[in-house]
Amino acid sequence: MTVLQKKSDNPIAHLTEADIESIGLELDALRQGVMDSRGDADAAYIRRVIDVQRKLELGSRAVLLFSKFPPAWVLGTMGLSVAKILENMEIGHNILHGQWDWMRDPKIHSTTWEWDMASPSEQWKHSHNILHHTYTNVIGKDNDLGYGIMRVDEDQKWVPLYLLQPVWNFVNACFFEYGIAAYDLELGKNLATAERRKDPEFKARGKAVLRKIRKQMTKDYVVHPLLSGPSFLPTLAANFTANVVRNLWSHSVIMCGHFPEGVETFEKKSIDGESRGEWYLRQMLGSANISGSKAMHIMTGNLSHQVEHHLFPDLPSNRYAEIAPKVKDLFDRYGLRYHSASLPRQVGSAWHKVLRLSLPNGWLAQTTPANVPAQVVKLYKMTTGGPKVRRQLQNAA
Amino acid sequence: MTATVSRPSSARPVLGKLRDRVVKVAELVTTPLLPADYLDLVDPLRSGAALRGRIEEVRPETRDAATIVIRPGRDWLPHTPGQYVRIGIDVDGVRQWRAYSITSVLGRADGCFTITVKAIPGGKVSNHLVRRARSGTIVQLDQATGDFVLPAQRPEKCLFVTAGSGVTPVMGILRNHVAEHDDVVVVHSAPTAEDVIFGAELRELARTGQIRLVERHTETAGLLDAAALAELVPDLAERSTWACGPVGMLEALEEHWAAAGIAEQLYTERFRPRVLVTGEGGTVSFARSSRSLEVDGATPILDAAEEAGLLMPSGCRMGICYGCVLPLREGAVRDLRTGEVTTAAPGDGVLIQTCISAAAGACDIDH
Repeated sequence: MTVLQKKSDNPIAHLTEADIESIGLELDALRQGVMDSRGDADAAYIRRVIDVQRKLELGSRAVLLFSKFPPAWVLGTMGLSVAKILENMEIGHNILHGQWDWMRDPKIHSTTWEWDMASPSEQWKHSHNILHHTYTNVIGKDNDLGYGIMRVDEDQKWVPLYLLQPVWNFVNACFFEYGIAAYDLELGKNLATAERRKDPEFKARGKAVLRKIRKQMTKDYVVHPLLSGPSFLPTLAANFTANVVRNLWSHSVIMCGHFPEGVETFEKKSIDGESRGEWYLRQMLGSANISGSKAMHIMTGNLSHQVEHHLFPDLPSNRYAEIAPKVKDLFDRYGLRYHSASLPRQVGSAWHKVLRLSLPNGWLAQTTPANVPAQVVKLYKMTTGGPKVRRQLQNAA
Repeated sequence: MTATVSRPSSARPVLGKLRDRVVKVAELVTTPLLPADYLDLVDPLRSGAALRGRIEEVRPETRDAATIVIRPGRDWLPHTPGQYVRIGIDVDGVRQWRAYSITSVLGRADGCFTITVKAIPGGKVSNHLVRRARSGTIVQLDQATGDFVLPAQRPEKCLFVTAGSGVTPVMGILRNHVAEHDDVVVVHSAPTAEDVIFGAELRELARTGQIRLVERHTETAGLLDAAALAELVPDLAERSTWACGPVGMLEALEEHWAAAGIAEQLYTERFRPRVLVTGEGGTVSFARSSRSLEVDGATPILDAAEEAGLLMPSGCRMGICYGCVLPLREGAVRDLRTGEVTTAAPGDGVLIQTCISAAAGACDIDH
């Protein structure tokens, strides 16, 4: 039984096998339509974004050479933050998905691209393209789901350590690129035993990550500050700020993609022998969109069209907007819920879920202004008591 | 792009070291990109950049042929007349590489060279170049190459046999070297007089006595065969001959020359390999790219892989330059020109030319 099917309101109960198959066929046709019409305009689009990003980054870094003047610091930091966001989201993420491989330009290709990020693109491609996109929202398989350090579903047993989950999540957001590097390396698993620690493949990958981080740090925290001469410290602070802004932004966007309330998660067993249609269905139920302006879509790397991106990860990102209405229409026709809301709503919803799951099941929902003292006492007992106490109090609820 | 390119060491060691250090710092500044990625925004034709060119002008020659004037990057080396250049141009957003003969005179004052392209029916790149290419477009280039050139020891009597766009390398030779020869015969075949690329220029050369020109208009006179040629040029056995045109014509000429025992006096230039045999096809896997494709027995592995979005090394695309060679770790491929099957057992790593090899069963290619 899947996590889905256990629910009283199983969102796919009304679909027959034939429905699921025809969903698959319709989506295949939609994908083919875009594939067949890729051309000059798309190529010009990605080249223009790259051109703008490079000029913005160069310009911002030039302004930051004079960053001891506050207006220069503010302007340069803003520009660099935007440049780094563009580079990671609309450019890096999408190129590394192979969205632009069809152009056969070796300079814009998933096998040659390297990005402004702690994790080397080669390792990220494995954990992201293969693990996350294949096993989307499958608990225990998809590391994007809580990055292995968070409680992401009611079915995961609650332990007191999860009370700190909102703090972890915020720290992870600030230093997101290192969090990603760590989970691309599967640090938790690989550091656990001496045997795994000594594995030559793991060691080689670890070295590659450290080399990449050293280069990145040398650039942002040594070379550019040195070039700024008397503005050394302000430039260093500006680069640090831009990295944190980029990290917070990309963390928020990615959290919005799979974590808002109502987005489904799946059990490992539920994906055995999954058909193409069922795979599509899992992507549809496991993703959420962000609505907003064109600029917002570009800044999220079009991950605001998370549903479309998860259905068709290798279509050029500039085309998601045009197929979104067709995908939504398909959701409507098959009685499925198309999750879409503004950025603040989705971020709020995702954080609400983080908070809710950091507490024992049902605790947040049962808490009202009137019963706060009683609830706090219960939480205290569950936190300090053993597993037995927790089970008793949980079952009593 | 993190690949670091090795640089030629400078003759002056101190300066060279200083330069290396500057480059290193520049790389620290631009990582994970390379300094070149930023310099390309400003000057894609600069020295040290990947070799590129800019289309300066597209000049119609006939109803379906045009001359493209290209300003090459600063690292361009002068070509030898008769040679071709490989050009990578984006057509409908996809980079396509093709080889075209260079038709210009050496040492043009403006530093440009020209290619002359005939739009062939269904030809993706040729139609784009003739009908849609615009000046200002940046194209990718390789250095000129090819051995369809005059030898250092110049022959006394020359014969050039061309058909259609096969006249282009010959025009490259004539424009540069016609004055050095007293006895040059050009036999050119085209559907009608209007279809003769460089028609006016060739007729002018003939009028001024620099060449003897025989035009064969196939719509009225039929295809040129070796027997007809022997009638038109009775002394062809005394001549060194350069021939360029459709595969059928070249093969007829090769047979005729071989039969006459003068095969070594004939130089031919092909633009396309001749597909002889096709086979059964199979699954081709590219281990390092984590991709595997179903490929039929008539499609070169290079084309199939590129179609699937893989970045493949490539060159002439007709089995000559060995620019596309990759190790076949296991499996069987068929040479599309000869039908010959090459097999590899695990560990062999047999080098195959992907541009003229089709799958003849499952293949595991190291790429």
